[in-house]
Amino acid sequence: MCNSYNVLPSQNAAISVTDLTKRYGERNAVDHISFDVPRGTICGFVGPNGAGKTTTIRMLLGLVKPTTGAGTVLGEPLTHPERFLGKVGALIEGPAFYPALSGRENLKVLATLGNFPHDRVDQLLDQVGLLDRATSKFKTYSLGMKQRLGIAAALLPSPELLILDEPTNGLDPAGIQEVRELLGHLAGYGLTVLVSSHLLSEIEAIADDLVMLRDGKVLFFGQTKALLTAQQSTVIASSSNPQDLARLIEIAKNSGHQAQIVNESVHVIADAEFAANFNKSAFESGIILSSLVTARPTLEETFFELTSDN
Amino acid sequence: MIRIFKSEWRKLRRPTLFLGTLAAVIGLTGLISSLLFLLLDSERGNGREGMIITRETLALPNGLYVGFANSAGLLGVIALCVFAAQTAIEYTNGTLRNLLVREPRRLLLLAGKYLAMISFALITVCFSAIVSVGISASLANVKDVNTDLWYTSSALSLFGSTFGNVLLSVISYGTVGMTLGLLLRSPISSISIALAWILVVENILSATVNGISKWLPGQLMSSIPVQFGVDFSYSWALFGSATYLIIFGAVAVILFKRRDVVN
Repeated sequence: MCNSYNVLPSQNAAISVTDLTKRYGERNAVDHISFDVPRGTICGFVGPNGAGKTTTIRMLLGLVKPTTGAGTVLGEPLTHPERFLGKVGALIEGPAFYPALSGRENLKVLATLGNFPHDRVDQLLDQVGLLDRATSKFKTYSLGMKQRLGIAAALLPSPELLILDEPTNGLDPAGIQEVRELLGHLAGYGLTVLVSSHLLSEIEAIADDLVMLRDGKVLFFGQTKALLTAQQSTVIASSSNPQDLARLIEIAKNSGHQAQIVNESVHVIADAEFAANFNKSAFESGIILSSLVTARPTLEETFFELTSDN
Repeated sequence: MIRIFKSEWRKLRRPTLFLGTLAAVIGLTGLISSLLFLLLDSERGNGREGMIITRETLALPNGLYVGFANSAGLLGVIALCVFAAQTAIEYTNGTLRNLLVREPRRLLLLAGKYLAMISFALITVCFSAIVSVGISASLANVKDVNTDLWYTSSALSLFGSTFGNVLLSVISYGTVGMTLGLLLRSPISSISIALAWILVVENILSATVNGISKWLPGQLMSSIPVQFGVDFSYSWALFGSATYLIIFGAVAVILFKRRDVVN
């Protein structure tokens, strides 16, 4: 079932798919999915391995023909990729280049093919920090350098839409930070970015919108903030006296909330508003709380909750 | 089309491929052309499959190009390897998806790649012709071959037809290689299967089954420029090769157009 939180399909979507399906034999790799990615946003594309993310991306790029369904990219139908791919940059399932050619020559192969100015090749190599290794063969690059070359290739057409499949794979923390800043910078110019990543903390930090898949189906699409806000928060209370914890659980349960002890604190599943009442009830029972905070589930916790079999 | 052609040439011109292929072409053509003259009086023959090519034959107007024509089969095998590798490597490297994102019109992309590889084959054939003619002209005097008819206008027109036939033969081999590259998506598999078929299976079949040569693609394609030792005519070689070319070309087009790119 698809949960969409207060987001209606946009009339001005960069990507819009309806009932998209890809069937391999008896298995639906992508199973009647529908979602929109609004223009000018960074949209996270998440799901467990085998959820259908890469197959969906390949269908969006005209590499794989959908079994059923339809869609548009930048307003053009999926059936005519030649109408929109000139404005789309993509990094699909890791960087793929010719090992015996240099980084610069690899980009020139694509620049020539796409009829993009060759001046842009060195600009992009500089932008991703590879200009000093431009003449080295691709096979001599580290994983992080290969990834950065892949991002440079995706930026070649000065795209309106950037589709990145695991762009931070192999990057060190500084590299991940650079990619995050780069994506934010690009979104600032009105570029739409669809980015899949296993690093959900990264997605949470950068993605305005989210499409979540499991077993080829859309579990959620809409604003990241809306998804996280809709999740149940937790009130976490601690006391300097460990013997008070059992009584705090009793107080929470008497108020109709589930509670348990986690790491010498009491975790109560409740809205943030409950915190004040909880503090008051504890005080009236003679318990002085040493700390009281309200925590919302992270995207990672929400993801596991939505994608778990239970 | 021009940008696809130029893009493909950025890959074809890498030194290991370009210079390596030219070195192989020059070496093999040089060897075949040299042995043609150096083994003139040998009872074991000086031509393809032990064929004896006499001084009188070499003194004919096309004598200057016999070594070049005899090299066609090996030039074809080299073209087959290059076409197969250049096609299949896009799948093994995963680079086909990049190419199709930049040029989603698949038939146009295939046509551009094919033309680029044909132009590469044309260069190898030119080098082969230059090397073979140079060696033949040098060794003719050494081995007392009469060259009076070599430098006439009729000899020059024969060069044109020999060159065209060799190029056609080489392109036919290359097309087979490209189709196998698309079909098997692995350079090693496509080249090894093609070579095993052409160099081993076809030769065994030709030697053991009467009249089968005229139906075998490798025998037909290598016989376009050289008619020695085959039991079919030039026009049959052309017709048979063209038929195979159409079949392999159609398979290549259908595979490339319709198949999902999942590598």
